Amino acid sequence: MKLRTVKQHMAFSAMWVACGLTLAILLVVIGYVMIKGFALINLDFFLTSPRGGLSGEGGIASTIIATVYLVITTLVFATPLGVGAGIFLVEYADSISSRFVKKLVASARFGVETLAGVPSIIFGLFGYALFVTALHFGFSILSAALAGTCLVIPVIIRTTEEALKAVPMSYREASLAIGAGKWETVWKVVLPSAVRGISTGIVLSAGRIVSETAIFYVTLGGSYRTPTSLMSSGRTMALHVYYLAMETRAFDKALATAAVLVVLIILLNLVINTVSRWLSR
Amino acid sequence: MTEDVVMKTRGYTLFYGGFKALNDITMDIPVNSITAIIGPSGCGKSSLIRSFNRMNDLIVDSRVEGTILVDDEDIYSKDVVELRKKVGMVFQRPNPFPKSIFDNVAYGPRIHGTRDRSKLAAIVEKSLRDSALWDEVKDDLDKSALSLSGGQQQRLCIARALAVEPEVILMDEPASALDPVATLKIEELMEKLKRKYTIVVVTHNMQQAARVSDYTAFLLTDVDRAGNLIEFGRTSEIFTKPVDKRTEDYISGRFG
Amino acid sequence: MQRRKRQFDTAMKYSLLFAALASMLIVLMIGVFTFREALPAFRHIGLEKLLTEPVWRPGQEQYGILAMIAGSGLVTLGSVILGVPLALGCAIFLSEIARPRVRAVVKPCIELLAGIPSVVYGLFGMVVIVPIVRQIEVPGNTGFGLLSASIVLAIMILPTITSVSDHAIRSVPKEYREGSLAMGATKWETVSRVVIPSARSGIISAVVLGLGRALGETIAMIMVIGNSVIIPAAASSNPLTIFLSRARTLTGNIAVEINYATGLHQSALFATGVILFLLIMIVNSSARYLMSRGGMRKSG
Repeated sequence: MKLRTVKQHMAFSAMWVACGLTLAILLVVIGYVMIKGFALINLDFFLTSPRGGLSGEGGIASTIIATVYLVITTLVFATPLGVGAGIFLVEYADSISSRFVKKLVASARFGVETLAGVPSIIFGLFGYALFVTALHFGFSILSAALAGTCLVIPVIIRTTEEALKAVPMSYREASLAIGAGKWETVWKVVLPSAVRGISTGIVLSAGRIVSETAIFYVTLGGSYRTPTSLMSSGRTMALHVYYLAMETRAFDKALATAAVLVVLIILLNLVINTVSRWLSR
Repeated sequence: MTEDVVMKTRGYTLFYGGFKALNDITMDIPVNSITAIIGPSGCGKSSLIRSFNRMNDLIVDSRVEGTILVDDEDIYSKDVVELRKKVGMVFQRPNPFPKSIFDNVAYGPRIHGTRDRSKLAAIVEKSLRDSALWDEVKDDLDKSALSLSGGQQQRLCIARALAVEPEVILMDEPASALDPVATLKIEELMEKLKRKYTIVVVTHNMQQAARVSDYTAFLLTDVDRAGNLIEFGRTSEIFTKPVDKRTEDYISGRFG
Repeated sequence: MQRRKRQFDTAMKYSLLFAALASMLIVLMIGVFTFREALPAFRHIGLEKLLTEPVWRPGQEQYGILAMIAGSGLVTLGSVILGVPLALGCAIFLSEIARPRVRAVVKPCIELLAGIPSVVYGLFGMVVIVPIVRQIEVPGNTGFGLLSASIVLAIMILPTITSVSDHAIRSVPKEYREGSLAMGATKWETVSRVVIPSARSGIISAVVLGLGRALGETIAMIMVIGNSVIIPAAASSNPLTIFLSRARTLTGNIAVEINYATGLHQSALFATGVILFLLIMIVNSSARYLMSRGGMRKSG
């Protein structure tokens, strides 16, 4: 009997250690980047642009602009497609009677699942082949945003689906019962109730774009100048970290940029957690 | 009552957080008998039966006052593992593990330290015979328990409980998920098992209580929605000449 | 009026169907484009040579990706060895041991770990892990290599494996736990003998999903693995020193060279992509298969 309790204590202690270790890793990674990074951060760091050079002179102004530019462009492409797909899969797919369309729906579902598992470098490779070279968009915000769209579409579709499924059936029935059309019901009744859930998906996608490096490494070009149009090359903050670390070996500047990136990600995470807690209430 | 008593509750009161689920329950469960706990839904029947083997411990924030004695030992002063070995349980929905029939029955003996394969085989056979399942499964002991029918699964769960040789078997609405034929089999089994074990059964089915039990406890919620023991006694008396008006109302279906 | 409404409804329905099909179209286009670009490589180099030739020297028209396959395989193996025990420990802790309040704190932290950009992990690897690994005194050890990469990757796949396993463990019916506890099993006996075996297929698919993530990781790998095109080999008599060897992953091969490659070289990189894509498709669909099988077993 005693032995059994001892075994349990040992096993549970091991789990405690595993979890403690994981949290410690998190703390060390974030702590190290923040402490080392913040030592270098001042207002100037945000307001000046990188000037190139061997020690990574300058701040991150243009990379912030490039990041924002890219996030917005990607979301402009991805949101209508992703939300539209989510709406179809939840609101329309089950009422399809045509065999052919049913097959299409099944293949659409398969597409979403497959896309969610594709490694980002493949999107980069595809984006490079199609947008950068074949379509002559060159290394540009446009090429990068189109490649990035592939990355975030599954995220938006899944969160949209979840948000729509959470809307009570009775809302739809009530609306249809007073003679509203299907789309009217979706637009005026279902979507407003799901809008918060859908927005978490969009914020999540923004986070993905901010974090992603591999895709943009091969489609965005990496110029540190401020992008002026969709056809401009550019460098996001994440990409800037990579260039600073790998090409100029300016690790202190890289850590400072990484610290900004981590803070941004934590903030986005907080937004998502707050919204979803708000939702479950 | 002059019979030997195996379990006693003394002023037993159970809280879930701030909610009082059971209020001041005092009763004696006689040995080698079947005691039925009846009452309308939400009256605390399940909470009470799950108190005897401390399954309520699993609920965060649960708290008790008063006590329960098994063989005159306070269940809160002894090891919960030992208690549950002595007081087995069968649940409302059959819950065999997703393992083979053999491994299901051997589960208890194994965790309690029996390693020897032939000893285990003997225990498994005996338990399955006692639960009237042996003839149906003796050639399929390696088959998944989930391939059995609902009634067979429930008898397997009874066999699983018997395998650790408990003194008491708690049954929480053991037939409520089963069809009438399977229910009948379980009831026959209970009748047979009480010769060796003491059985406490929760049921929402009054005919069942009247059919199988020797003693009946009637629970009802008070104004605070806490379960109170209204009446406890021989089933024959409870069902023919109840002392309390509320018992009579409930049994004659005039409750509400 | 009524008719126009109906027409509008139908029009909306089909435009939404189109949006739903976009994902499938993208997958198809990715398949077609990468394969088309890879075709010259398959034709001129041949699949067999591509897969078995250990030398990758674009200048001399030598295109074998065996070294990269070995690199990806070994670093994935390393990350699984390091990451899986930790992740499963976390998952069991979260689902079975932690009080709700502890869980409510730890779970978001682990999710945050998943949200940190891979470039940050790569940077952390370069400035913290590589210097530590460099301390190991083995000839030729620079710190950059499979060990550092495995450690970084282990941290990166940990959240995926943890949350999928946590989910699998939590979907084990409560009745199984109660049945076991009511037999007098301790909590650990219940977890190790009933709960985990019941969640087995979910847990395996979690590990396989982690494997898929590991195979697909690019930037962090480039930053710490050294990127040398060599088949990793042990530096001394101790076979474990193989993990101190520099290496290159399939993903890294593409990212590092694609922007300046032309002709057959570029095509060989696309071929690398096709092979990576197929590899990950196999891994992910086996995870999906395991997961669906687990679901069926539970309901049946």
